[in-house]
Amino acid sequence: MAIADVKEYTHLTEDEVEQLGRELDAIRAEVEESRCDKDAAYINRMITVQRGLAAAGRVTLMAGLQSRKTRKPAWLAGAAMLGAAKILENMEIGHNVMHGQWDWMNDPEIHSSNWEWDTAQPAEQWKHSHNYIHHQFTNVLGHDNDIGYGVLRMAREQKWHPVYLGQPVFNALLAGLFQWGVALHDLDLEAIRKGKKDPVEMKRQLRQIARKGRNQVIKDYVVYPALSGKQWKSTLKANATANLTRNLWSYMIIFCGHFPDGALHFTEEELEDETRAEWYLRQMLGSANFEGGRLLHIMSGSLGFQIEHHLFPDLPSNRYPEIAVKVRALCDKYDIPYTTGPLHRQYGQALRTIMKLSLPNSMTSSDKPEPPSPSIDRRRRTDAERPTRRTETGAYYRGKTA
Amino acid sequence: MFTERMTASPTIPWRRVRNAADKLTTPLHPDDYLRLLNPLWSQRELRGRVEEVVPETEDAATLVIRPGWGWRYDHRPGQYVGIGVQVNGKFQWRSYSVSSPPVRRGRTISITVRAMPEGKLSAHLVRGLAPGTIVRLALPEGDFVLPDPPPAKMLFLVGGSGVTPVMAMLRTMDRRASLPDVVMHYSSPTEDRMIFRDELAALEERHDGLTVHRLHTDTDGMLELAELDTICPDWRERETWACGPGPMLDAISEHFESAGLEDHLHLERFSLKLSGDGGEGGTITFRTSGKTAEADGATTVLEAGESAGVGMPFGCRMGICHTCTLTLVDGTIRDLRNGDEFDQPNEQVQTCVTVPVGDCTFDI
Repeated sequence: MAIADVKEYTHLTEDEVEQLGRELDAIRAEVEESRCDKDAAYINRMITVQRGLAAAGRVTLMAGLQSRKTRKPAWLAGAAMLGAAKILENMEIGHNVMHGQWDWMNDPEIHSSNWEWDTAQPAEQWKHSHNYIHHQFTNVLGHDNDIGYGVLRMAREQKWHPVYLGQPVFNALLAGLFQWGVALHDLDLEAIRKGKKDPVEMKRQLRQIARKGRNQVIKDYVVYPALSGKQWKSTLKANATANLTRNLWSYMIIFCGHFPDGALHFTEEELEDETRAEWYLRQMLGSANFEGGRLLHIMSGSLGFQIEHHLFPDLPSNRYPEIAVKVRALCDKYDIPYTTGPLHRQYGQALRTIMKLSLPNSMTSSDKPEPPSPSIDRRRRTDAERPTRRTETGAYYRGKTA
Repeated sequence: MFTERMTASPTIPWRRVRNAADKLTTPLHPDDYLRLLNPLWSQRELRGRVEEVVPETEDAATLVIRPGWGWRYDHRPGQYVGIGVQVNGKFQWRSYSVSSPPVRRGRTISITVRAMPEGKLSAHLVRGLAPGTIVRLALPEGDFVLPDPPPAKMLFLVGGSGVTPVMAMLRTMDRRASLPDVVMHYSSPTEDRMIFRDELAALEERHDGLTVHRLHTDTDGMLELAELDTICPDWRERETWACGPGPMLDAISEHFESAGLEDHLHLERFSLKLSGDGGEGGTITFRTSGKTAEADGATTVLEAGESAGVGMPFGCRMGICHTCTLTLVDGTIRDLRNGDEFDQPNEQVQTCVTVPVGDCTFDI
């Protein structure tokens, strides 16, 4: 299958694809020009709420656990506030700030170049594996490590191996330990397995992960429990619960982004000579939204607007709802599928794919509107083999850290 | 941003307390939480609260600002500070002379701003800033300063809002009762627009050594420097400080040069004057964002980055506030103001006044 097949599938001529690209560019320009103090107030409010929740959660645990009477409600409230704070920080704040969504404010305190988020993955590595690799090569087999994260088989084009029979277990482990899975993501486990990883670079990355991870662990599992005195065990459990909640939630939201049935995978051939408009098209066909209220969208880092996020990763997330209306109208106009549904259905489909693909293809049927494709075992590309990066996906750098 | 700390009382190992608190707030800093309690309790980015906006003339006002943590009140009289204000969501930076004298145990600083006809930000500062607004600050800088002790004979040549750094010097000498023989020539379009005119009159009354010549240029025309011999016959013997519009400073500096007295002249310009030669230009790579830009010898790194769509930090755009500073990873750039070249790997450079000399790479 080549890029032309994707276009056939969507009934678009080359001119129509270019026209679609121009219309999406116009949406981007409109939002860029109208960014204003209301947007700045939004991210500042989000940060204030998140830090308030975090501080309140920590204090509630430290103080409330001391008395027998308040112990149980304090534990529940403390863990809940802390979990919510971590979710907000990772999803609506950290992820979006690191995409450069708020760089336009010229505020060094809310800037992609120096934001460090509350999880074990160092921001620098995240910006490479996510902003660059995932956002530029979205759903391209052999390029996008987010297809199964080097652990799961998420596309029928990936070759089956008996080890994938354990997929339901790997999936549960990945969900529970998501923070640590993400932390190791940019190491590129597959490259290490095949001996293709530069050992110097690997050492540097591991050191960086160890330093960040150590600080995170000390904070949640040593310092705060120690400050709770005799109640250290309760605090430790509450902190672990908050981390676990964040892990499960972010895992679920992220699996709804590209694994529901409507999201397509692509092959390397389709990437060749890809125009900007075709890149837009691939983002739309490769991503899936979910529906929900404003609170659900904020708690999921606006990734319920995954399609809009992939089209415009560096536009402020509070604008996605209004962008979504326009994108959906374009999808209707050009007769392109716009994959969306309630959260439980989207995750249900992803989970079904995980289960099905633990078995060989011959034993299961595809749920996707499957375009014909050769089943080739594709290795991942190194940066040197990849085309130059798209600039709208956000920043990253690979370099010496001071 | 975390390098400096006001010296707290010697009994509290403040730095150690802060480092310990870091363990609680990692990956954030304690200040990221404290500033939610009080916006001034942070030294990640220097902040200040506007306490008062005092109208000086119909188009100028003095902002009295209380700086937050990390501020040092020991600015030298005549220096300027950077002030960053969020306008429509975006931080815009300008630099203004501090007009208040340095007080070691001080609580506020004052800057006096004139709303320029074309200047959106200056108009906003004069008319749009309500007391209580939190602004960002940059530490004092500049070498247009009053020496300590002051020379025995001084001459100030001032035009318009150029009076502000000179006012800081006069106030300092007044406070320290060290005002020597001072002659001041102050040009302003009209009497009404003369900032600090009442205070100057009061100072003149109090100090025998101070003589102020006022010139209203709308009715009486500009200062002819040849007249200096009548206004201040001994100007050649005086240490001179001049501050005002660019053309006025150009004329003054020419006049002093022809008298061979340029070593006795101190200038403060409020606008960028690029005298250095441009670079050859080249390709600038912004490695973090993966973008590149072609720049000729007259395009600054900042402009090139902006046109390539890189989210470049920027401030005054005239080389004084250092907000635009980035790491030059590789290559050579030239400072347009003086032709200085920077070519050290990983050197911190200002992007708003530099141009590439050949290809270079920045870490953004």
